[in-house]
Amino acid sequence: MSSEMISSSAVTVDAPVRESGEIVFERVSKSFATNTYPAVDQVSVKITACDLVVLLGPSGCGKTTLLKMVNRLYEPDSGKIWMGGKEIHTLPVNELRRQIGYVIQQVGLFPHMTIQKNISVVPHLLGWQEKRINDRLEMLMELIGLPVSYLPRYPRQLSGGEQQRVGLARALAADPEILLMDEPFAAVDAINRERLQSELIDLHSKLNKTILFVTHDVEEAFRLANKIIVMRAGKLVQYGTPLELVTQPENEFIEDLVGSSNILRKLSLVNVNSILKARKNQSIYSGGSQPVEKPNTVLRPEDDLRSVVSLLLCSGKDSLPVKDSVGHLLGTVGYADLREMLISNLPSE
Amino acid sequence: MELLQDAFQYYINNQSFFWNATRQHLVLSSFAMMISLLIALPIGIWIAKRTGLAQIVINIFNAFRVVPSLAILFLALPYLGLGFFPSLIALTVLAFPPVLINTYTGIRGVDAFTIEAATGMGMTKTQVMAKIEIPLAIPAIVTGIRIASVEVISSATLASFIGGGGLGDFITRGFALYDVPIMLVGALPVALLALSSETFWSLFLRRYQVPEILSN
Repeated sequence: MSSEMISSSAVTVDAPVRESGEIVFERVSKSFATNTYPAVDQVSVKITACDLVVLLGPSGCGKTTLLKMVNRLYEPDSGKIWMGGKEIHTLPVNELRRQIGYVIQQVGLFPHMTIQKNISVVPHLLGWQEKRINDRLEMLMELIGLPVSYLPRYPRQLSGGEQQRVGLARALAADPEILLMDEPFAAVDAINRERLQSELIDLHSKLNKTILFVTHDVEEAFRLANKIIVMRAGKLVQYGTPLELVTQPENEFIEDLVGSSNILRKLSLVNVNSILKARKNQSIYSGGSQPVEKPNTVLRPEDDLRSVVSLLLCSGKDSLPVKDSVGHLLGTVGYADLREMLISNLPSE
Repeated sequence: MELLQDAFQYYINNQSFFWNATRQHLVLSSFAMMISLLIALPIGIWIAKRTGLAQIVINIFNAFRVVPSLAILFLALPYLGLGFFPSLIALTVLAFPPVLINTYTGIRGVDAFTIEAATGMGMTKTQVMAKIEIPLAIPAIVTGIRIASVEVISSATLASFIGGGGLGDFITRGFALYDVPIMLVGALPVALLALSSETFWSLFLRRYQVPEILSN
């Protein structure tokens, strides 16, 4: 999956099947009458088919506006949006929308319809045969991990997490190439959110869908994304893989976002897979750029060990001197000490 | 107790008159309801998407409501004359506001995100209205119809003043003769009819209620 994705992004044109899930924004702008500045300002970006791309930024940065222009809930003032090589305005609007899965934070399940009816809305709109819909329903329930006995229930009888799963199944019902997700997990409790996130990662690897996912939650963005689009005040600030954002932040805004001051936070944002992928790609991971700064880092007796790890990593050394406030050397502490201490458990005071 | 016995006796002696009046009362009420539903429901749905217009329309119909039903009857008298037809008009006008306002607020009250989801999935405006907004507004709409029905059934007694017939005939007659039992022959069935319509609509509404909890 991952290697295919890299090759399809490297060779942009010759994968026609993949193409249908590609989204291209070309200098897209949108203003609302209530604001003086544009909500989306000249955004150009190409989203490769089958990527899970997260739109990240503070509230009001235009990420949701950009998303909703894909299924034409908002119309751009200028610019073009291409979906699988077709400008989206060349299609009848409802035909376009039926080809795109759409999941929102508030879930928006129809309270007067059973789960079964909710999920089969788009297949019905597309005129699918009853048999085909029923097969699809069974398959979708299995995919989202809910028993088929839930089908005759009403949304209100399900928990928040279950409802959002149904929302996802409904969006996937007609097997769209593209899935738009507008802060889908923001209203779910922390435990369920994490589960839903892993399920989404899992689904994405199984289903070959292009997913455009809006969030303001940095951890969530880095957890899910193949690529992240960071937006601020309507403008695209940076578009790159999580690793690129952490290792090569475009500006201070991105640095703050990924927490450049805290190296452990930075580490927590990137997963092993993105390093492996980057290594294969040979583009960013150019084999250990030397840690440059702070050759004279000194530890203080009161430093907590988390910051010690952070300082060690930054210094590029295996151990650091410990000095008190007047500069007396008290000893050295290094990785070996930490490792030893952790293995023999934390010492009691 | 004696009053009731007397009333029953009066009913026994005037059975054909009583059933005729009851029939008139029902015809008058149900026609008034049907006409006002035919007009107020579409208007309510239509103005639900036009907030500015909605305020004007609702205010106009509310203004009608402030005028007492009896006054409407007498106001209509010079133009429409006596009898069934002017009574029907007055009752129809009376039923408008609850139906109209409840239809409007019911549709306006549908969660914006539900509508966004439906639109985003590719439903046309008509489909969103027919499959999402109206079904979700049903409880509010039916409540409006329920209120209107009770008002119409009880107000239909006034039709008797301008020769519209109905159970009000007993009330006016009893009043003229200072005969309470005769009044009861009109008043009790009217109360009973109003209660039955209330019950009918409540039961109807229950069918639309989504079960809250379902045991495994």
